[in-house]
Amino acid sequence: MIHFVVLISRQGKVRLTKWYSPYSQKERTKVIRELSGLVLNRGPKLSNFVEWRGLKVVYKRYASLYFCMCIDPEDNELEILEIIHHYVEILDRYFGSVCELDLIYNFHKAYYVLDELLIAGELQESSKKTIARLIAAQDSLVEAAKEEANSISNIIAQATK
Amino acid sequence: MNPFSSGTRLRDMIRAIRACKTAAEERAVVRKECAAIRAAINENDQEYRHRNLAKLMFIHMLGYPTHFGQMECLKLIASAGFPEKRIGYLGLMLLLDERQEVLMLVTNSLKQDLNHNNQYIVGLALCALGNICSAEMARDLAPEVERLLQFRDPNIRKKAALCSIRIIKKVPDLAENFINPTASLLKEKHHGVLITGIQLCTDLCKLCPEALEYFRKRCTEGLVKTLKDIANSPYAPEYDIAGITDPFLHIRLLRLLRVLGQGDADASDCMNDILAQVATKTESNKNAGNAILYECVETIMSIEDNGGLRVLAINILGRFLSNRDNNIRYVALNMLMKAMSVDTQAVQRHRATILECVKDSDASIRKRALELVYLLVNETNVKPLTKELIDYLEVSELEFKGDLTAKICSIVEKFSPEKIWYIDQMLKVLSEAGNFVKDDVCHALIVLISNASDLHGYTVRALYRAFQASSEQESLVRVAVWCIGEYGDLLVNNVGMLDIEDPITVTESDAVDVVETAMKRDTSDLTTKAMALIALLKLSSRFPSCSERIREIIVQHKGNFVLELQQRSIEFNSVLEKHKNIRSALVERMPVLDEATFSGRKAGSMALTVSASPASSLKVPNGTAKPLAAPLVDLLDLSSDDAPAPSSSGGDFLQDLLGVDLAPASTPSSTSLATKAGADALLDLLSIGSTPVPSSSPAVDIFSLTEDKKPPVTTTLDGLSSPSAPPPHAASQPAAAPILDLLDGLSSSPPAPVDNGTSPAYPSIVAFESSYLRINFSFTKPTGNLQATEIQATFTNLSQNVYTDFIFQAAVPKFLQLHLDPASGNTLSAGGNESIKQTLRITNSQHGKKSLVMRIRITYKMNGKDMLEEGQINNFPREL
Repeated sequence: MIHFVVLISRQGKVRLTKWYSPYSQKERTKVIRELSGLVLNRGPKLSNFVEWRGLKVVYKRYASLYFCMCIDPEDNELEILEIIHHYVEILDRYFGSVCELDLIYNFHKAYYVLDELLIAGELQESSKKTIARLIAAQDSLVEAAKEEANSISNIIAQATK
Repeated sequence: MNPFSSGTRLRDMIRAIRACKTAAEERAVVRKECAAIRAAINENDQEYRHRNLAKLMFIHMLGYPTHFGQMECLKLIASAGFPEKRIGYLGLMLLLDERQEVLMLVTNSLKQDLNHNNQYIVGLALCALGNICSAEMARDLAPEVERLLQFRDPNIRKKAALCSIRIIKKVPDLAENFINPTASLLKEKHHGVLITGIQLCTDLCKLCPEALEYFRKRCTEGLVKTLKDIANSPYAPEYDIAGITDPFLHIRLLRLLRVLGQGDADASDCMNDILAQVATKTESNKNAGNAILYECVETIMSIEDNGGLRVLAINILGRFLSNRDNNIRYVALNMLMKAMSVDTQAVQRHRATILECVKDSDASIRKRALELVYLLVNETNVKPLTKELIDYLEVSELEFKGDLTAKICSIVEKFSPEKIWYIDQMLKVLSEAGNFVKDDVCHALIVLISNASDLHGYTVRALYRAFQASSEQESLVRVAVWCIGEYGDLLVNNVGMLDIEDPITVTESDAVDVVETAMKRDTSDLTTKAMALIALLKLSSRFPSCSERIREIIVQHKGNFVLELQQRSIEFNSVLEKHKNIRSALVERMPVLDEATFSGRKAGSMALTVSASPASSLKVPNGTAKPLAAPLVDLLDLSSDDAPAPSSSGGDFLQDLLGVDLAPASTPSSTSLATKAGADALLDLLSIGSTPVPSSSPAVDIFSLTEDKKPPVTTTLDGLSSPSAPPPHAASQPAAAPILDLLDGLSSSPPAPVDNGTSPAYPSIVAFESSYLRINFSFTKPTGNLQATEIQATFTNLSQNVYTDFIFQAAVPKFLQLHLDPASGNTLSAGGNESIKQTLRITNSQHGKKSLVMRIRITYKMNGKDMLEEGQINNFPREL
């Protein structure tokens, strides 16, 4: 099971955190500080796995971002690498060649994508197409609601003119 | 409109925060935004609620407190529209965790949303539930989730499946309800549903044996077929990764098959073919393929034995191990560790490669490889492996040295074929990484050196050389100082040269130089300095020519701020100056240290159960046989400087030299016992009885030794004491008591005859007896003080179980004063063949008017269970 997902920039800034196991706010801050120290200092040629507090952290760097997932020691580390890649590819499709800024300004969307990919620390969907379709459907629901709200406020505005 | 909330958009806030040059600036921006959001919350602003929550989430991610926004999440979730719910659930998952009470408030909204007619809203609720639900929520909402497992849209079914995993993990009792719906998920074609269904099935099987049985019987074949289909499926662009159709599904299927096949030959048989196919046909040039192979190997290793498959699996691991990709090598090492229990020989074949991995630049790989090497060591390969590891110790990184040193020491200790090899290897480790060597390893080494009498000369010379080469390793210095103190004469005279040695010329003053250097090193700690002082004292007798110089060095510490060093310095100085006649006897070479005692004590102190009774009482005869042997310990403990050399118990001085007073770590009780034993023997030899002497187990042993020599006397004495012994309350005791008591009289009454000359004997009593435990008291009175009584308590285990953490407590009325000495141990072995002894000293201020009375309470652990026994003792002899 995946205990948490953290995205850290090369400068150590947190870009996304998702916790599937209970960690208090205090622990979360501590965990992130510890992990960024561990992961950011590793050389480029080394393995993508770090043993940490009896668990394992699988990380992979994409451009300036480190994607880290913490798993149980008996989980398949190589598969987690695939899941990370899977996530990155979906983000890439969704944002159209994603970059760190996309994830900063649209962090909530990165979360929505992640929620379609993982629940309870387990993989939910292996098809990128399905995930893209589900996200798009929900986005259009939001858009529709927005337009409706706009049109209502227009009607009110005109009525009160 | 609210003047605050109209403020900035989310994007503007993020931009403002990113524009900050300093942390203080950022804090200011965040503070301002938080104030605005709070104001909006207070005004119950609805229009911008979702924007404010989004801002809060960003602020939360930066690490600022955002608890005041938690209720906003609930409000958003409770509102009707999808956009509000979407952001509300996101906030809920981000800002709250399952341990917060607020979460309970959301249960009702969740329930409504799980029944919503918009499937996307159902999806949001399932997702939130799956990520943060608590046990109570799981119980409340399980029926909804169970129903959703059969929902028409597969995307809801898959979410419900993962949500069920969370629920059964939180409340395992609910697992049974999910067995049937899960079974139908396994037959699905939709990959998302299949993946999640298989995952749910795996977790069910782990939690619930009935589920495992059910799925093993009904689903194994179906799952094997699914795996076969997916492995042979043609190119499917939607699920393709590196030429493999849905590796995620592959992996989950393999994992579930592993759970089903483990411990069941039929199920394992059923999956052999497909496992062989996956193991041979999967492409291993991409990560996805390797992930599948890795999973497949683990399944093959775990299911019931099939020789052919295992060979296949080990070969895959061999290929992995020689892969250039660090990730692949890491998982190979990981898996070989598991393979050790299945096929040690096969893993041994890869020893050389694994050893190379210990030297890898990647800390993760090094750590795995070291653990594996540690498992691989056996009697036949210990020499080459140790050599490799020690060679590597020289060049390894600093932070790895600790781990590596500990492992090497452990290997050497466990598998050393001969003593000289042990000593050689340990010397190498000490000179290379002595600062990482633990104290107990040094102790073990000293014990071993002391036992290898033919190697004393060799060792001390080797240590001398090593010290000359590197004196900055603390442990090396300690061992060297100890050995030079003990065997300094062998060093100077080149005694016991081995053929392999180069002769060296060391003068007496060279040897003293070494100890002096150790004394004066800035980095030497207290223990090392104290050991150096003792070594100097010993050398003063070995090298009479250097005696004056040694005295000068010792005297320098007369004013040391550390009490221990000051005391030793002054005492030793007085030994050197005033007591030349006893000096040579005092500083004689230590008797051979008992390895069994040491290892026994080591094991004991590891388990935090210090039991000194069996081993150290065995040692005492050794002490009496050589009454004048090295009584350093006793010297330190006796208050009178003029005391003639007492006898010593050989067993514990190592402890005393290395540990007592400086590091009160391992065995306080055994050391005090040893010193007491010495004191006892002293009294015995000289018949001085001025102070009350606590008689402890070694003392008893000494007496029993005398007893052996003079059987008639003892028997008569016993005959005298035993019949007079029946306890006043014997009638109330079980019938066996008098007989047992007679037997006990043999072991506990001998002190009485010896003391006969000075004080009257008192019958010993059975103070307490239950079906588990018996306590005997025997009494001695010091002469000249009628009020004082010394009670020797003997605890005997009457059951067939070992007692640990044994603690005896006693309370007395006000007219009595009670002092308890430490017990001889806290572990009581079964069957009554060994006992714990403890000395109690009582002063009776109403002597002659009132007799003794005592309340007792005994706690101990039997089979890990806490036991408590209580009682009152009224049957003390009246004249006490």
